[in-house]
Amino acid sequence: MSITAKSAVSARPALSRNRSGRFAANDKASVIATLVLLVGAAYCLLPLAWVVMASTKSGGALFTTNTFVPAGQLWNNIVELTQYRGGLYWRWMLNTALYAGVGALLSAVVSAFAGFALAKYTFKGKQATFMVLLAGVLVPGVILAIPQYFLLAQIGLTNTYWAVLLPQIISPYGIYLARIYAGASVPNEIIEAGRTDGASDLRIFVQLAVPMMGPGLVTVFLFQFVGIWNNFMLPYIMLGDDRLYPITVGLNGLLNQGSTVPALYSLVITGALLSIIPLVVLFLVLQRFWKVDLGAGAVKA
Amino acid sequence: MLAPAAVLFVLFMAAPIVYTLVLSLQKTQVSGLGLGSGSRKTVFAGLSNYAAALGDPDFVSSVGRVGLYGLIVVPTMLILALVFALLLDSRRTRLVGFSRVVIFLPYAVPAVISSLLWGFLYLPSVSPFVDLATSLGIPAPNLLSPNSVIFAIANIALWGGVGFNMVVMYTSLKAIPSDIYEAARLDGAGEIQVAIRIKIPIILPSLIMTAIFSLIATLQVFAEPTTLKPLTNSISSTYTPLMKVYRDAFTRNDVYSASATSIVIAVAIFALSFFFLRVVQKRAFEEN
Repeated sequence: MSITAKSAVSARPALSRNRSGRFAANDKASVIATLVLLVGAAYCLLPLAWVVMASTKSGGALFTTNTFVPAGQLWNNIVELTQYRGGLYWRWMLNTALYAGVGALLSAVVSAFAGFALAKYTFKGKQATFMVLLAGVLVPGVILAIPQYFLLAQIGLTNTYWAVLLPQIISPYGIYLARIYAGASVPNEIIEAGRTDGASDLRIFVQLAVPMMGPGLVTVFLFQFVGIWNNFMLPYIMLGDDRLYPITVGLNGLLNQGSTVPALYSLVITGALLSIIPLVVLFLVLQRFWKVDLGAGAVKA
Repeated sequence: MLAPAAVLFVLFMAAPIVYTLVLSLQKTQVSGLGLGSGSRKTVFAGLSNYAAALGDPDFVSSVGRVGLYGLIVVPTMLILALVFALLLDSRRTRLVGFSRVVIFLPYAVPAVISSLLWGFLYLPSVSPFVDLATSLGIPAPNLLSPNSVIFAIANIALWGGVGFNMVVMYTSLKAIPSDIYEAARLDGAGEIQVAIRIKIPIILPSLIMTAIFSLIATLQVFAEPTTLKPLTNSISSTYTPLMKVYRDAFTRNDVYSASATSIVIAVAIFALSFFFLRVVQKRAFEEN
């Protein structure tokens, strides 16, 4: 909920406490409607509740005790996970943070430049560039992953951090969003004024446009961050050395070994829980920024 | 200012596409016994890789599976997301903030991790569903059996995707000015009628966009079945088209046929997306 909606409600306490702040005098609560939402919420929480319970159990108890009854082995599991091959798990976490953090940051910068140029400059081939961009939005990243592998293999970059980082910097959707933000939030007069004062294009962009595009660029960053964090196929293909793995590929590998060594299952489960925590926290803190409007082609932050 | 984007676009999108096209038209020719240098060379293959890819029974059945999977996932996803979005937007629902956050929450969980969690929930020796069935005295379901595994995968996709699509729809519902409803209410229209007659038509562009994005995601399903694979024998290494591409390229080292197959998949995704986009072009991607 936005702050404006809340203050609108508190300014008119006599009216209903409807969250949209609309006039709503005769709105009775519907038990069925609320119940349907709560069933949906329970469904969404089920696997998360399970992983919290399961990660408190030792490998053996996992298969023998009732699923939703906790045991006291959480700390042991964390210690075991940390000891697994010299702290490999925490390296996966750091790798993930690196891929997602640096990748999303670079992606937001590149998108901001390109989006600003597409929104505010006229040049030959602009329309064509934009059409290529729109087509790019529809090209699925995973289809590209295999040819990207072969190209990077030719220059010897596969099985390095670069192999996962570089392909994810370019984001047609990010550029598309940045273009919309630049169009909507940076007035032409400001750019004119900057030019009159003799500022260079780069300076106009960095000092005038970027602050105005700020909230939009945060959204581009978030989109790319979640996208890279979620990406499985690209690192799965690109990396052979498990010390370079992000958490998704690492846990997938561990699960694979678990089919022959079931004792590893409790490590997989504890690892899954620990990997979700930072994301869920980040998500809960930032969730009010997620107002996605694909229909209008814009994301409002 | 476009330069960094343009360079990256060419290097990591255009070049890979061109390279795949080139590879897809080639094949390795083995002369003699295939021993010694020079006995293997790359020759132009024309469209034979495509013919082989399209005629490969593994590919055909993987396409069939993904088609069925899409028929399950896309409509269910959109209907559930729409129902939740309308309920959130309804003036008669309570606990809106809590439900919205919790239903959106799975979006924060990577597909591999959610497949892993659901995988254990499906695994007969761990599954609470089996416990539940046993205590109710009904036969325990095997959620990972060949017949039900497609629903098991669909459930994971739904779990991860409904909340995101719900937020997309909810955002566009919030953008509708409320005075639009006034006239309808004065005429005595109830919440449900307002939803069907006014809200849904207005947010139609959002619905179509979420449909396209869900469709694209569906056709390239890879992480979920790959993660579930070690838990069950019901998932083959060619279960979905992309899994087949992966196997051909990396297990069989048949780059050429993998390239042809991935071009076929990309073209299919493009064709379907453009077909949808053409229908709504003016409304969905309107220039500002």
